[in-house]
Amino acid sequence: MLASRRRLRVITTAVALSCSVAGLSACGSRADSGSSASSGSGGSAAAAPAGSAAASTDTGSSAASSGGSSAAASTGSDASGSAAAGGTTADYKTGLKIAFLPKQVNNPYFTVADGGGKAAVAELKGTYKETGPSDASASSQVSYINTLSQQGENVIATSANDPNAICGALKQAKSAGAKIVTYDSDTTPSCRDVFINQATPQGLADVEIKMMSDEIGGKGKIAILSATPNATNQNAWIALMKADLKKPENSGMQLVTVAYGNDDDQTSFQKTQGLLQSYPDLKGIISPTTVGIAAAARYLSGSKYKGKVQLTGLGTPNQMRQFVKDGTVKEFALWDPAQLGYLAAYAGAALASGTITGKQGESFSAGKLGSRTIGADGVVILGPPTVFQASNIDQFKF
Amino acid sequence: MAPDRTGTLRRSLLTWDVAVVVVLAVVIAVASGSVDSFASQRNWGFLLLDLVPIALIALPMTLVVITGEIDLSVASTLGLVSAAAGKMWADTTLPLTLIVVLCVLLGALLGAVNGVFVTRFGLPSLAVTIGTLALYRGLAFVVLGDRAVADFPTGWTDGAVGFLPGTRIPWVVLPLLALVLVFALVLHATPVGRALYAMGNSTDAATFAGIDVARTKMWLYVVIGAVSGVAGVFWTFRYASARADNGNGLELQVVAGVLLGGVSIFGGRGGLLGVVAGVLLLGTLRNALQLDNVSADALTVVTGGLLIVSVLLPNAAAWLRSTTAQRSRRAGANPVTPASSANPA
Repeated sequence: MLASRRRLRVITTAVALSCSVAGLSACGSRADSGSSASSGSGGSAAAAPAGSAAASTDTGSSAASSGGSSAAASTGSDASGSAAAGGTTADYKTGLKIAFLPKQVNNPYFTVADGGGKAAVAELKGTYKETGPSDASASSQVSYINTLSQQGENVIATSANDPNAICGALKQAKSAGAKIVTYDSDTTPSCRDVFINQATPQGLADVEIKMMSDEIGGKGKIAILSATPNATNQNAWIALMKADLKKPENSGMQLVTVAYGNDDDQTSFQKTQGLLQSYPDLKGIISPTTVGIAAAARYLSGSKYKGKVQLTGLGTPNQMRQFVKDGTVKEFALWDPAQLGYLAAYAGAALASGTITGKQGESFSAGKLGSRTIGADGVVILGPPTVFQASNIDQFKF
Repeated sequence: MAPDRTGTLRRSLLTWDVAVVVVLAVVIAVASGSVDSFASQRNWGFLLLDLVPIALIALPMTLVVITGEIDLSVASTLGLVSAAAGKMWADTTLPLTLIVVLCVLLGALLGAVNGVFVTRFGLPSLAVTIGTLALYRGLAFVVLGDRAVADFPTGWTDGAVGFLPGTRIPWVVLPLLALVLVFALVLHATPVGRALYAMGNSTDAATFAGIDVARTKMWLYVVIGAVSGVAGVFWTFRYASARADNGNGLELQVVAGVLLGGVSIFGGRGGLLGVVAGVLLLGTLRNALQLDNVSADALTVVTGGLLIVSVLLPNAAAWLRSTTAQRSRRAGANPVTPASSANPA
């Protein structure tokens, strides 16, 4: 029971994250906001062994150290990733006190993300700390921010439960000398120095189309299994994928329909079934939602279409491990939370060392991830999503 | 046993009040010595800001608990008022001052609903307010949904967390102190206060003494609702965010502070000095442990443990005293009722 509830949190968090990717702050601001997603997790609970959801800090940090290079290898587009492995930490002050304040402690997603931060802080020879509320409520983070600023932390890396409620406390911490990095969920830009954004909508759309194209040889009918028809983030990604499909190199693929599983496990399962009956010559399905891809994979793995119809999209390794191993799914993508925490720690250290100030155009070196440049509004992009395949999926425990 | 009671209770009450103040002083002294940056002005500023809504609601809660009732819906009232404030500010053109007034009135109305169920229908307040705890929180989500309204004028939001000139003491502490004084006077120096204790000890006796029990309780619920409304308004501006989940779980901290302050959950005894010390003790302890890097889960354990201790200890003390009193009486001039002799210590 406990294990399945934890996994449910991972799933809902991932859904909430997807919201924040599209800049829909109200949607992504609460870790427990994916109420529709939670109803669908019952079925997918069978997807991963019970113990694996509770990833420990240690596995998180090992994922971080291996994550940088494997992401680069599998996507082939992160050129700087492996080249700069073991990159320079000379620009950084040592002995920095770097604290991570997640939305909620004991949430597996953040345990992995903060584990990545811990690994980075160790490389930087600083002092790492993770603290935070046990409930993901808007205002309970405030007293933790006050405490951290009181303790003289040099860097506070936080994922905001509410873009505004913690703003005042962050500003006070800033004026007391702390550098503020937000990761995963942003605050109002004036309240922090930089925001580490896990992915861009364009990056997510590109990787999904590329995976599908690789899997079906760039030719054939495909369908999209989305969440709800009015999900802002989903619609943004779908629009970008449609634009990608218009490009000449993707002209062989034809999008026949977009189905909506409402981020509900049962509905997504039935919609997958319906798609395959309506389009017997369907070659592939893209599901840019963690609930949808898990349900579709479960249907495919038990049907005659297994291995014949390709499935890809956005999912979490714990949900999808079984289906990758049994050959139903070749590859899928998501950002690696451990890299997110890792980058947040480096960005904080760069701020605290005076290497950067958070202005657009400044760049800093982020250890194994190579160098990153600050974009508009102080946003740093983590990079292309990580692609998970049979060869690397066991390195990721979230 | 009955004639002996008031004397014993007064003594145990006195010692409990004093004990909480002493423990508070010890915690502050130890924390100042051993926890880095605890004793700074800045930290006290943060600590007081966090405690204001709890202390605020604890004042009328003390009165309610002394009458033998309870109100668990206070945090949901706070949330609903906050949500209503956000809704009115975002979707209407009402001026903010009027919204604040309407919010306090809304709080009073929500309290009155509790009061009607408890006094007119004679339902147990525990059941009624558990019901409204869920109901008001649900309504808050109906009003505002998952949305957060944050575009309040910065004059108001910065004002809520402002300090007294030249210090790091939040100015809201001043009106809070004034309210503490008002509630202390009403409880300890007026016939109304004495009536509350009488109601807590025996509703029948209070009724026979000419106290309108239902009417008094009704007003208490209106007051605690209104104060929760004020706390909701403060919360909204302090965090610059009107949300339906504001103050979630706050009722437990309020009740913990009140009980730790020596107010009997069964009604009839306790005082405001103890409650103020109890709220401060809980807050100080949490703050010191947090600064000492104790995890959030351990903090919850500490709060829960203190709550148990605060209910257990005074009762154990009273029980011990009454047993020793009976024993010495038995030893002195023998004949005792069979009931008490069947219960050897």
